[in-house]
Amino acid sequence: MKYNEIMVRYGELSTKGKNRRDFIRQLGKNIRNVLVGFDGIEVKAQRDRLHVILNGQDAQPILDALSKVFGIETFSPVVKLSKDASLKEIQEAALQMISEQYQSGNTFKISTNRQNKNYPLNTYGIDDGVGSYILDKIDGIDVEMKRPDINLRIDVRLTGIYLSSKTISGSLGLPVGTGGRATMMLSGGIDSPVAAYMAMKRGVKIDMIHFYSPPYTSEQALAKAKDLTAKLTAFSGTLDFIQVPFTKIQEEIKEKVPEGYLMTIQRRMMLRLAVAITIERHCNGVFTGESLGQVASQTLESMRAINDVTTMPVLRPLLSLDKTEIIKIARDIDTYDLSIMPFEDCCTIFTPPSPKTKPDLEKTRKYEKNIDIEGLMQEALDGIKISKINVDDNYLNSQEDVFAELL
Amino acid sequence: MIYFDNSATTKVDDDVLKTYNQVSENFWGNPSSLHNFGEKANGLLQQSRKQIADLLGVSPTEIYFTSGGTEGDNWVIKGTAIQKKEFGKHIITTKIEHAAVKNSMKMLEKLGFEITYLPVDAEGRVSARDLSNAIRSDTILVSIMAVNNEVGTIEPLDEIAEVLKKYPKIHFHVDAVQGMAKGIHDLIFNDRVDFITFSGHKFHAPRGIGFIYGRNGRRIDPLMDGGGQERGQRSGTENLPAIAGMAKAIRIIKEHENQSINEEQAIRKRIYDHISNYEKVDVFSDLNNHFAPHVLCFAIEGVKGETIVHAFEQEGIYISTTSACSSKKDETSGTLAAMGIPNEISKSAVRVSLGDHNQLFEADEFNQVFDKLYDKFKHLS
Repeated sequence: MKYNEIMVRYGELSTKGKNRRDFIRQLGKNIRNVLVGFDGIEVKAQRDRLHVILNGQDAQPILDALSKVFGIETFSPVVKLSKDASLKEIQEAALQMISEQYQSGNTFKISTNRQNKNYPLNTYGIDDGVGSYILDKIDGIDVEMKRPDINLRIDVRLTGIYLSSKTISGSLGLPVGTGGRATMMLSGGIDSPVAAYMAMKRGVKIDMIHFYSPPYTSEQALAKAKDLTAKLTAFSGTLDFIQVPFTKIQEEIKEKVPEGYLMTIQRRMMLRLAVAITIERHCNGVFTGESLGQVASQTLESMRAINDVTTMPVLRPLLSLDKTEIIKIARDIDTYDLSIMPFEDCCTIFTPPSPKTKPDLEKTRKYEKNIDIEGLMQEALDGIKISKINVDDNYLNSQEDVFAELL
Repeated sequence: MIYFDNSATTKVDDDVLKTYNQVSENFWGNPSSLHNFGEKANGLLQQSRKQIADLLGVSPTEIYFTSGGTEGDNWVIKGTAIQKKEFGKHIITTKIEHAAVKNSMKMLEKLGFEITYLPVDAEGRVSARDLSNAIRSDTILVSIMAVNNEVGTIEPLDEIAEVLKKYPKIHFHVDAVQGMAKGIHDLIFNDRVDFITFSGHKFHAPRGIGFIYGRNGRRIDPLMDGGGQERGQRSGTENLPAIAGMAKAIRIIKEHENQSINEEQAIRKRIYDHISNYEKVDVFSDLNNHFAPHVLCFAIEGVKGETIVHAFEQEGIYISTTSACSSKKDETSGTLAAMGIPNEISKSAVRVSLGDHNQLFEADEFNQVFDKLYDKFKHLS
């Protein structure tokens, strides 16, 4: 079926009163961002619906892209006929649409809505004309008014006659950018990309912060974090990736802090740096992939000892999810396979054999005095590198094109 | 020169050789090395594996690189024997397998395994019923070739697969060294096969490289123990230039598979139609779809196969006695004997084997030379 446009129905934002215009504007912008590679399409964000005019583009890849955009409740591919299209033309288009979806034993319904009162047939005339045509042409199909398998909607408007029969569920949530801005501590494991995804779902625009510790961590670990970020751009458009050098701090801590408190103090330094970047970039929170009780640093006692360094909100969307639930989401958003690639990240190096699961806050503060917090932080912040990451970026396999020529 | 011995080996494709050289020059790091240089080599290794898997419609985790067909056959057969010896020591194969399979079986016989060799009919095909009758509760492996290397018979792997579906624990191995890009992909990669052997130099890749397909979840023991390459299944530093070359060779040969098959069939038919009229000629390969398009085996009664090969060679045409591997030993063909051809005739057998580089006019030249030689032989015998 050759579709002319895709009609997008707004999600939760419909209820948000005076902010409505901002939501719609932001969603329109996000959709344009995600569809930037498709030539010739138009995105029209109107008060009640948003329309993607295809202008000859194939609908399927655009439907796939839209399914990842937050703020959409449902969307439907639509065939547009001219406003004076004859009943015959409507019948033919309807038959083609229903035939494509029809499976043995399915029922259908025609729902016509006629805004254009000048159209020669009335609602009943169209319902009846199209319905009986379908009954005649498709063997075994039946009409069902209450719960049809296929509901073909015909909108007769002043601008044209619109037919749609498929309603595809969107990702729900709020358009990214309407929920403010925050940073995300992205390690490269399974959890943090999922947490980022959940933050985005609530409309938050995220900047990625990644700590790296060469030579203890490899180039591949960094490339992997960037590739994970690229996966997440499918939900939010281009993302800022901020890499923070962490080697010196880890070496200092290792040298000067008792083994049991290495991890806690490392995390405190990471959080301090993340907060400094958050403030610098006018963001209002730090997201992490922590899940309560998962590892030593994620007990309540540890969280308190680490969180002690800031009053900035530290947001943990995975807090009460099980690992299996997290993995399921990671698979759904296609980050899992990347996450499990075995490159060491800076959370796993210098891990003591038995880190304190219940660090003492007073002792933590005391041991931390052994290191030059201000100086180390400044040095790390001076060494920050920021890059923009786009949907098609590929860092781990940056050689792929070279290889493709050889093969 | 006319090269009609493509089942023995093929010429390395120019583009494949280019890849081989470029990889040798630019990606000579060890794929297991941690540094960036090794990592690049590893990236190329994995991309080669993925390309081969994609072209064959399987998963990259089902491709294991080997040194070629002989290693692949040895590995699957002996690796199964070692892996499954606690479950049984009975193996079924055919009377017409390549020496790499046959002699692996002989080795296992010495170690106390019992081997059943299935007979074949006049076309060289095994029957599913014979297989069904041969299966015992202690059978651990069935190994049957896809295309016979001596006469070109295609074995009924689909029927065999159906029989084996009733015995899900038995490993099903197919030696498909002669079967790459010969129009029988679905037959070889049927829904029951567990292991398949391929060899690169039969399709314009370099020597010393090949691979096996091993269905995900099916296990055999490794024969090459060492550094744990190929996910621990086949140790030894990867032959990356040859692997990349082979990935390219498969892409090239798959691109024009249908066209090559048509050409090979046309060449084979022209020779077949010509020589089958002669009184003293016996042709063992038929034109029907029980035979691969590229092999034609025939005998000129009363003349030794070796003599025929050399006579054609003097005219610039390269063919072979029934199989290159056995051609230097004074042995008659195992396949022809199994097909019920008397020894007197099978020792006069030769094989014409075509490749995608051959052209139809070469068949006409072959036929002319054939007439000339036949005339000469007539006076001799």
